[in-house]
Amino acid sequence: MGGPAALLVLADGRFPAGGHAHSGGAEAACKAGRIRDAASLEDYCRGRLHTAGLTSAGLAAAAALGLDTALLDAAADARTPAPALRTAARRLGRQLLRAARAAWPCPELDALATAFPRGAHQPVVLGATARAAGLGPADAAHLAAYESISGPATATVRLLGLDPFEASGVLARLAGEADAVAGRAEAAARAALAEGPGALPAASSPLLEIAAQAHAAWPVRLFAS
Amino acid sequence: MTGAPPAAAPAGVRATARIRAVADGRGGTALPVLAGEGPLALRRIRSGAGSREEAGVMLVGAMSAPLGGDRLAVHAEAGPGARLALGTAAATLALPGRDGAPALYGVRLAVAAGAAVRWLPEPLVSVRGSDLRVHTRVELAAGARLVLREEQVLGRTGEEPGLLRSRLTADLDGRPLLDQELACGPGAPGGWDGPAVLAGHRAVGQLLVVDPEFAAAPPAPAVLGEYAVAVPLAGPAVLVSALAPDALALRRVLDAACRTYGR
Repeated sequence: MGGPAALLVLADGRFPAGGHAHSGGAEAACKAGRIRDAASLEDYCRGRLHTAGLTSAGLAAAAALGLDTALLDAAADARTPAPALRTAARRLGRQLLRAARAAWPCPELDALATAFPRGAHQPVVLGATARAAGLGPADAAHLAAYESISGPATATVRLLGLDPFEASGVLARLAGEADAVAGRAEAAARAALAEGPGALPAASSPLLEIAAQAHAAWPVRLFAS
Repeated sequence: MTGAPPAAAPAGVRATARIRAVADGRGGTALPVLAGEGPLALRRIRSGAGSREEAGVMLVGAMSAPLGGDRLAVHAEAGPGARLALGTAAATLALPGRDGAPALYGVRLAVAAGAAVRWLPEPLVSVRGSDLRVHTRVELAAGARLVLREEQVLGRTGEEPGLLRSRLTADLDGRPLLDQELACGPGAPGGWDGPAVLAGHRAVGQLLVVDPEFAAAPPAPAVLGEYAVAVPLAGPAVLVSALAPDALALRRVLDAACRTYGR
């Protein structure tokens, strides 16, 4: 069984999963003036945590429980209307899977790579990776929930020159809410074992989808999404 | 309901309106089931925008008030080759109930192969103090067509909204096509009004168009403004998502999109 150290390996920003190239929508939000400072970053991260973060955490927890990854990937597609975000999620999934197969080689991850040569949705891969590392659904949900806010926070440091101390303060203040989101996601994933992926959260944000699709059409951008 | 347990039982109205549309064999659509209930009254109408093959049904007056504790549902079914247009005569107002219990409003649309349903209700207005959960479920057979519009307005003019939780689930040929849930208003998870979700907008809407022809020729993603996009889903469908300051501005965006994508 994987202990807390395996969780730290997977959560480490230096784990080569390619996340640094994505801003979680922060680049578009900074350009539009919706993220201007630590306070608006916190509000942004809170909104993303309870929408895209909850949905990702549910998918990751379900994959960690061993639900069928093809069904989960289809559920992720239905929860991701913007093709720009589907493309980004698959690209991130493929990069994560490459690193995961090197770190925790196993037949389940090999099968996932064979089934999705262009990449499965990142939260599904994240859950499968957690499972391969001997971690559980609560760990997978925490990873996805935390990633949903750490990505925009780190990107905003680069985009606005925000003080990294302030960005870390934002993440620390949201930690309790991230725990609660992970708890809801894990409970839904356990329900999905019996009821299918329809029981997973589908929380969404119209603005994240709208802005991501517009951002993908920018001729020059710092981040892929 | 008879013999309901006292005290704890929800005090609201329970009502389901049922509609079944079938091809009449002469190029038209018949309505063998058109059954309103309680506050949900149904009227057959001459279909305006649609062709003569289409049957038109209006939910009248009735939909004006899901009060806290109410459980209202609309179940519509279109058989093979049938064409059905559904609308509401007025905006739906979510109002607070006496005991603070949430109101539930469920819409279920089942569309068979070769059938077409247009569900174009007037906006849903979330009034201060209300608590409404809406779940719209669409089950489409392969080859079914759909035009569906949802508009949510947060509060009457200058008013704080109530709590609104709205989920839209569409399955095509037994596979998930779209699954989205939006929660907003006091009591919703944090950040709903902030820079990642509504950014202060008071009207939010979607237009979903499912058309088998999109399988071969999916429309390209289109930016329709700073706060509106049209995107092809991972199936033969387009979703238009829009935010606007008010219901009127929202309708303008969705009407234009409907002309582009909804035939």
